[in-house]
Amino acid sequence: MNRFTMQRRIAIALLLALSAGGVLILLDGHNPFEAYKVLFLESFLNYWGFSNTLVKASPMLLAGLAVIIPMRAGVFNIGGEGQIYIGGLFGAVFALAVPDLPGLLGVPLIFFAAAVGGAFWAAIPAYLKAYRGTNEVIVTLLMNFIAIHIVSYAVAGPLLAEGAPYPYSEEVSEAYRLPILMPRSDTHVGFVFGLAMTVILYFWLRFTPSGFQLDLVGRNARAAAYAGVDQKKTVIRAMLIGGSLAGMAGAIEVIGLKYRLFHLFSDGYGYDGIVVAFLAALNPIVAPLTALFLAGLSAGAGTMQRAVGVDSSVIEVVEGLVVVLVAAALVTPRTRSTSILKPLARNLRLRRQTQRQKKEA
Amino acid sequence: MIDLVLLGDVLAGTARLGTPIAFAALGGVIAERGGLYNIGLEGQILAGALGAAAGSFATGSAVIGLGCGIICGLISGLLLGYMSVRLRINQLVGGIALNLLLAGLTAFLSRQIFGAQAGGARVKGFSQIDIPFLSDLPVVGPSLFSQDPLFYLLIGLAIAAWFWLMKSHKGLDLRAVGENPKAADLAGVPVFRMQYLAIAVSGALAALAGVHLVLSQVYVFAEGMSAGKGFIALAAIILGRWSPIGAICAALFFGFCDAVQFKLQFTSPEIPYQLFLILPYLASLIALVVLGAKASAPASVGLPYDREHR
Repeated sequence: MNRFTMQRRIAIALLLALSAGGVLILLDGHNPFEAYKVLFLESFLNYWGFSNTLVKASPMLLAGLAVIIPMRAGVFNIGGEGQIYIGGLFGAVFALAVPDLPGLLGVPLIFFAAAVGGAFWAAIPAYLKAYRGTNEVIVTLLMNFIAIHIVSYAVAGPLLAEGAPYPYSEEVSEAYRLPILMPRSDTHVGFVFGLAMTVILYFWLRFTPSGFQLDLVGRNARAAAYAGVDQKKTVIRAMLIGGSLAGMAGAIEVIGLKYRLFHLFSDGYGYDGIVVAFLAALNPIVAPLTALFLAGLSAGAGTMQRAVGVDSSVIEVVEGLVVVLVAAALVTPRTRSTSILKPLARNLRLRRQTQRQKKEA
Repeated sequence: MIDLVLLGDVLAGTARLGTPIAFAALGGVIAERGGLYNIGLEGQILAGALGAAAGSFATGSAVIGLGCGIICGLISGLLLGYMSVRLRINQLVGGIALNLLLAGLTAFLSRQIFGAQAGGARVKGFSQIDIPFLSDLPVVGPSLFSQDPLFYLLIGLAIAAWFWLMKSHKGLDLRAVGENPKAADLAGVPVFRMQYLAIAVSGALAALAGVHLVLSQVYVFAEGMSAGKGFIALAAIILGRWSPIGAICAALFFGFCDAVQFKLQFTSPEIPYQLFLILPYLASLIALVVLGAKASAPASVGLPYDREHR
């Protein structure tokens, strides 16, 4: 399937999901067009609304890339959430342990520490997948919960701030805080960092041999093996990159937004990353758009509820439908999955054939 | 004496907290034995919980609530079946999508049904049944033999599922589909029908977990009340080595960890209770790595079966 049909199908899937959400809004007794208008105007064209969208889009984009890169090598990284937590933990521990560096040195080191944390958390399922053939989906899923509880232990125990009423750590020093992108708002430069990563990864996948190996292994592992590509190394490399991206998303949440490590600081961004990746059809250069779209949806849901009175849970339904329909619309030729239309078309063809045969008989 | 009381408390907590996980894990075992991953357990628990709450709320009868919950589970199971068997969408993506969809849909519908009470409407549930004589036993009596009817249903279903899966002809067919669908197909087993059956039953069992949460534990529907139980159940399947009885033992072990964790939070705050929250996941992970998944996992689980594909 060429890129154009793929994009057209994704667009149709999106429209269908939004229409289904529209029906629910109608059932709720409101005008769907009005509700969607408010949602998109508020989250993209209003200064404060857009700043809110950007804040959410930043971890979603990095988490999306953390799904895309391993997926290109055929590995399904459900562990973004856990990698965000461990990355945030490593970043915060480093920032709190070495509080006196100048910002220009400290911030990159915090990012590095977070990337190491995320990569470490991804290395375990990667090793198990490559060398033991253990299903990475189950391992990454289990490790998400372990990571969340580790962070919850850390902020309630060793890292607990003095006199804190709620489990969180001390603040990181002023020098380490990420610069604000939009004046007078919370919007840090996290999304810009994500954009830079997107461009780098796009060029890496497109124009370098090691990036090409990823696709080779993902699309046809046997052919890759005959071409002399080390499959195990490629799988591990893809997972390590994915893990470090998610880990840095965790650090951005800590030093960009809350300036502390909080209990449950990531609100399912790792799972949102899966949606971002699928909407982007695993193309990194599209991921910023899909991250913005998804972030806009969830940032606008609350506004829509306040302004129009439509229940914000409608948006969750739309998000679920988006994944179902996009997954159904995407034909990934060599992996034996098929589109929503293909069985229908086949049925139709068979029916016509039998009718023709009947006529002839 | 105090220790005995504590033990009784923890045992009762184990049964109460382990039952929903056990229902969902049982559902997961049936699906995976038929070659289908059911990552949608989490969403199906919510569907069952909403169905049970709505049914009981509308009619005032817990039994009708139970029925409604099961029906919601069957439908959500069939939906996942359509995605994985018919459309051959990646089963993991399908399950994740189903979870997202059902989380939103149940939240939306609960606000429509229960209105301003926002799911806070108390519904009629099951009361506990004391088994004569056995419930008078010290320690284990009050904790294990005076449970709600769904706990006894779980025990019955577990034995029935084991018998059906391991000893009956149909169960053998299902396992054959999970191991090698092509061979099963050539031997005349209706592969797709068996898979639909398995995923529908799986959805209904997961829904029973939600029914238990609503009708035996809290008597209200709350958004996101499944709280990760569907994912813990996935871990219980692994730890239980894809056997119905094993999965239920694993689920009860997870319930035990949870009960201990709750007790610790109150009695001994100096011990990090998170240790016991991590334990179930860690145990499953270690089981997966040390025992190896290949030996007991169904060989074709997660691979969509395409007749026209070699």
